Amino acid sequence: MQKILKRKLDNNLIMVFSNKPVQFLLVALVASIPYFGFANPAVDSLSVVNEPVAAHEAHAAPEKKEFNATELINDHIKDSHEFHIADWEGHPISLYLPVILWTNNGLEVFSAEAFHHDNTGEHVVDINGQKFVRFNEVIFYADKYEALAKEQRELGAFEFDARPLDFSITKNVFSMFMSALVMFFLFLVVARSYKKNQLAPKGLAGFLEPLVTFVRDDIARPNIGEKQYAKYMPYLLTIFFFIWINNLIGLIPFFPFSSNLTGNIYFTFVLALITFIVTTLSGNKDYWGHIFNTPGVPFWLAPIMIPVEIIGMLTKPFALMIRLFANITAGHIIILSLVSLIFIFETVWISPISGAFVLFMSVLEMLVAALQAYVFTLLSALFIGQAVAEHDHH
Amino acid sequence: MQLTSPESLIFWTTIIFVVFFILLRKFAWKPILGAVQSREESINNALASAESARLEMLNLTASNERILQEARVERDALLKEAREMREKMIADSKAEAQAQGERMIEQAKTAIAAEKNAAMAELKSQVSTLSLDIAEKLLKNELSNKEAQTKLVENMLGDVKLN
Repeated sequence: MQKILKRKLDNNLIMVFSNKPVQFLLVALVASIPYFGFANPAVDSLSVVNEPVAAHEAHAAPEKKEFNATELINDHIKDSHEFHIADWEGHPISLYLPVILWTNNGLEVFSAEAFHHDNTGEHVVDINGQKFVRFNEVIFYADKYEALAKEQRELGAFEFDARPLDFSITKNVFSMFMSALVMFFLFLVVARSYKKNQLAPKGLAGFLEPLVTFVRDDIARPNIGEKQYAKYMPYLLTIFFFIWINNLIGLIPFFPFSSNLTGNIYFTFVLALITFIVTTLSGNKDYWGHIFNTPGVPFWLAPIMIPVEIIGMLTKPFALMIRLFANITAGHIIILSLVSLIFIFETVWISPISGAFVLFMSVLEMLVAALQAYVFTLLSALFIGQAVAEHDHH
Repeated sequence: MQLTSPESLIFWTTIIFVVFFILLRKFAWKPILGAVQSREESINNALASAESARLEMLNLTASNERILQEARVERDALLKEAREMREKMIADSKAEAQAQGERMIEQAKTAIAAEKNAAMAELKSQVSTLSLDIAEKLLKNELSNKEAQTKLVENMLGDVKLN
């Protein structure tokens, strides 16, 4: 009797595992592709670094390059003047993006190749008689860079005297252009399909229409109200899809994706600012009345109430900006940290564990990508709804 | 986190987002939302008209049923009337036929009686004429033959003697 039971149990177990073995193997294989990408160049570059060290061992003290996880993560999440694709035999292969500078002598446009991957402020680039250096992806005038203290160099992005204004097409701008073009053609195709097909939506339209109606019926309508929502639909749809698609692009770990656009605070700042402008411009009499003359509050409290209300106006978009930035950047940092474990422990045997965790995190980040787009859109709709709400005073 | 030059991304994000928004609004959102809206309306209209058609159908069925019922009642009444009329007609014609028959029999009887009387009268007159003729002939014949007459008288006289 026991034997039979045990056999049955074993069979069941085998059944469970053999249910979808092909799919499981495929998923595991696809999920592990990025780690080959991460692992191979690093090993190559290490050996390349080691060779010259071995050759020069007689002359200088051995200069062993420590793996620095912080540096790797920072390199991946920050903006850049070139799009790093891969390393080949120790040499980085990059897509050089145009550098556009508004200098003291006017506009200068040149390729980021001129910096020769230098980010330490050592390689001086001479463009039409002006000398530039690059330190941590910030371009300075070479002479003024020399005069800066170390701390000033670290925060060089805000040393506006020491550097030209930088309007370069950076990695994030490039990625944004690409996503905007792809999305534009995507939705153009969908819009066209409605002209030909008057019946139930098919294909791409069938996939995207539920999302459009979701934004309309679950975000715009309940928060803005039946009367006004139609006016704000284009804006809400645009930010929803723009944030979502760019979040997803950031999760794909190879060229031409992988940019951390939505995890960049400048990007989220602009989006939050636009929501703030839309909210402020659509504010009706009630909205401003609540700010400058809050009903039910004695007038002598106005000196406290008005600043508090104005701060309240600003904190809402500020929270939007920080929320999106922090969520997406945190996701990138966690995934990169898990990958870095392999190099920190210097063993390949950790890779199944970190791989499993990265797979889990990547799937979670896909959820977060949609969730953050939803939250940003929802809160924008909520703020707009507060601004246009018609209060019935009792 | 290392911050890079803010103006680059802020500038480009603003430009790209605004242009992207305007283009999408014109070429994508307007047609898509319009199509979705009009399709929803047409679906709602179709559902409403289906519902009204269903109600109409129900009404129609009910009135059909009513008309049918009325027709059935009318048919029954008609049938009943027809049956009554038929019975009445049969009864009438039976009575008439009987009366006529009786009348005809009566006439026939009268005619027969009259004929009989006439025939009897004629027979009587014929018989008398015939009897007279016979008697005349007999007398003529008997009287022309004297011997025979005498013989006869003798015969008769002989018979009388016996008595």
